[in-house]
Amino acid sequence: MNTFLSMLPGSLMVAAPIIICALGGLLSERSGITNIALEGIMTVGAFVSAALLFYLEKVPGFGSGLGCWVAVLAGAFGGMLFSTLLAIAAIRYKSDQTIAGAALNMLSVALCIYISQILFGHQRTDTFTTGITRIKKVPLLGDIPIIGPLLFQGINPTIYVAVVLVVIVWFVVFKTRFGLRLRSCGENPQASASLGVKVEKIRTIAVLASGFLGGMAGALMVLTTDTQFTASSIHGMGFISLAALIFGKWQPFGALGAGIFFGFAQQLGVYANMIPLLNQLPSEFFHAIPYVITIIALVLFSSKAVGPRAAGQIYDPGQR
Amino acid sequence: METVIEMKGITKQFPGILANDSIDLEVTKGSIHALLGENGAGKSTLMSILFGLIQPDSGNIKINGQEVKITDPNVATRLGIGMVHQHFKLVHNFTVTQNIILGAEPCKQFGIVDLKQGTKKIRELCKSFHLEVDPEALIEDISVGQQQRTEILKMLYREAEILVFDEPTAVLTPQEVEDLMKILRSLAASGKTVVLITHKLKEIKAVADVVTILRRGKVEGTYKVSEINEKEMAAKMVGRQVQFAAHKKAQKAGDTILQVENLTVLDGRGIERVKGISFDLHKGEILGIAGIDGNGQDELVYAITGLLPVKSGRILLNGEDITELPVKNRFEAGLGHVPSDRHRHGLILDFLLKENFIIHAYNSDFAKHGLLDEATINQKADQLIEEFDVRASLGRQTITRNMSGGNQQKAIVAREIDRSPELLIIVQPTRGLDVGAIEYIHSRILEQRENQKAILLVSFELDEILALCDRILVMANGEISGEKKASQTDEKQLGLLMLGHKSGETYDQP
Repeated sequence: MNTFLSMLPGSLMVAAPIIICALGGLLSERSGITNIALEGIMTVGAFVSAALLFYLEKVPGFGSGLGCWVAVLAGAFGGMLFSTLLAIAAIRYKSDQTIAGAALNMLSVALCIYISQILFGHQRTDTFTTGITRIKKVPLLGDIPIIGPLLFQGINPTIYVAVVLVVIVWFVVFKTRFGLRLRSCGENPQASASLGVKVEKIRTIAVLASGFLGGMAGALMVLTTDTQFTASSIHGMGFISLAALIFGKWQPFGALGAGIFFGFAQQLGVYANMIPLLNQLPSEFFHAIPYVITIIALVLFSSKAVGPRAAGQIYDPGQR
Repeated sequence: METVIEMKGITKQFPGILANDSIDLEVTKGSIHALLGENGAGKSTLMSILFGLIQPDSGNIKINGQEVKITDPNVATRLGIGMVHQHFKLVHNFTVTQNIILGAEPCKQFGIVDLKQGTKKIRELCKSFHLEVDPEALIEDISVGQQQRTEILKMLYREAEILVFDEPTAVLTPQEVEDLMKILRSLAASGKTVVLITHKLKEIKAVADVVTILRRGKVEGTYKVSEINEKEMAAKMVGRQVQFAAHKKAQKAGDTILQVENLTVLDGRGIERVKGISFDLHKGEILGIAGIDGNGQDELVYAITGLLPVKSGRILLNGEDITELPVKNRFEAGLGHVPSDRHRHGLILDFLLKENFIIHAYNSDFAKHGLLDEATINQKADQLIEEFDVRASLGRQTITRNMSGGNQQKAIVAREIDRSPELLIIVQPTRGLDVGAIEYIHSRILEQRENQKAILLVSFELDEILALCDRILVMANGEISGEKKASQTDEKQLGLLMLGHKSGETYDQP
């Protein structure tokens, strides 16, 4: 139990970017565009924020706190800019979404390393010194018995951002006019178009929003778990986010639960040498744990999960 | 009476086909106006032009006396024109209400959808037009008839004054057809104008006031329905006299081809849909399976053709047990299948027509050394297109998806009858076909019978069953509720059996 409790803050810190990125995937897929480029979008977001933070730290006033959040926002916009490529390829030019996404994933790492080489003279950014750190105690909430110490003391604030975003995305997707149209585009775009819904416009907005959230997730990830951007900063977290999206059955709160689950799985790799029995195993095994758990979870649960019907299909207005 | 739609000199050329050849059409407000024509006569093209889906090459349109340019469906909607498409455009996991309000949502502040208000308005519409559908039900949970009502409500919700129905009865059961006819009448009675695209003469007689007959892209004439009979309509539509009753020669059934013994079949969800059925089918015999849609006919056919596994019982073809055989071996053992769902099982929609004609030729008739033999394939395709009058704009090179439903159906029937299998299983062979095509396909089915082939015919059309079959089995609830000789029964008796009344057995012959 104590091991479990000590794993909690770390797990939530890892979970936050997974949840936020999965929300991005949710918006995109609910509109009918499969977004496997999330891995690349996270990479770009991570690079932009890490690079910017390095420079911001030299500017007076941005040294602590503020600089990080400015960098996160910049990472989000970086991801959004990068996702326009997917929107152009998949929506404007109706290319295959999976192939376009895969191409963007390859492009992202190459692009970020290339720019790093120009800016910093090596294939990674220089190290930043601040980063987003844990909050000692959240005012008021931290004083609640039991829950307070558990969830509002010594926790990285990124998880709070994630939870707020979950609520916002849920509200937009299930309560608003835009959400209703978004979901209809992901299920039966011909039906939406026949009622005057502009399918391409809705999908473009959804892909850009997905880029924004993906970029933010990448930024949060690098600013909480690393001190610089490298080619392996994201190491498959974009794909794990997609797994969380499927595992969470394309529901915002599902993504929240799945994200926390995968966060624990990731932490288990770190804590395994402290858990009896598990610590007998070689260390390579622990590094594999998160991915093995991901695969097992997906095999067990995703067979019944049904995603948006039109996701991944090229939209042809004339199709019957 | 006021003219609400006036189309003048509408012409539309598609590659290889003149779909509309200077068509004139006038529709009076508050009437039910039928558009009658064969498959491919240009009815749907004309209405797609009215609805803004297609732009005409020439001609003009007046709505309520005003000349208009209908550039896309949104313009049509603004002009008060609504269309119920043959293939519904519904989101399967949305509720009825969500589907209806989509694109015209009632909102509170911040763009929050006001579902309550939408549901309320829809309930009111349901009430005033006698449409029975639950606004809160999910589309995937309701019947096809209710889905169609949802489509009608979409138009009423947008205050459409002109409602176009594209072959609305093609997908309905007889009971649902009757309900629809009532709905159409109540729409017209409340001052709405209804345009009904159809090739079913009975329906025109039942509800329409005026009929415009199209043939090969041209207007053949416009008539008051009260002043023209079915035979005349059919002759004008096809361009020759049509034989309504199929000619069935008396002949003796031969050896047993198909034996079904105590067959029990579960559907995909594990529900028992066929409950211990047994029957025989002989050479030179047509055995009909009558019944209301969804009483186990699909599962019975899937089991015989190998698309669903059998839970218990046996299927023998020519004395050989085929219960466990894969589909391919069954075809090779002499089975042919015209499936009910042509999109799911009959055709690959994105293939060319000629490819669909040879898609299941497992033997190497159409290939040499593993390479497709284009010349032979083309020859076969042209032969079938010619023989069965399959109309496709680019001939054998047409992408199947772009063909009309009736012509897709003809293509499947052509392919299967041409193979001339020992046992031909045909489900709804004339669904969506016009009288001319029905006549031809019926004659080809009877020809198979004369050639001593065995035919299992599943149909919801009792006319068809009575005209073609030697024996009729009625299915109700997965069981056979009665077996009759076609010459010794009638629609009324079969209707009772279809409802599961075993009392049909004691029905007195008139």
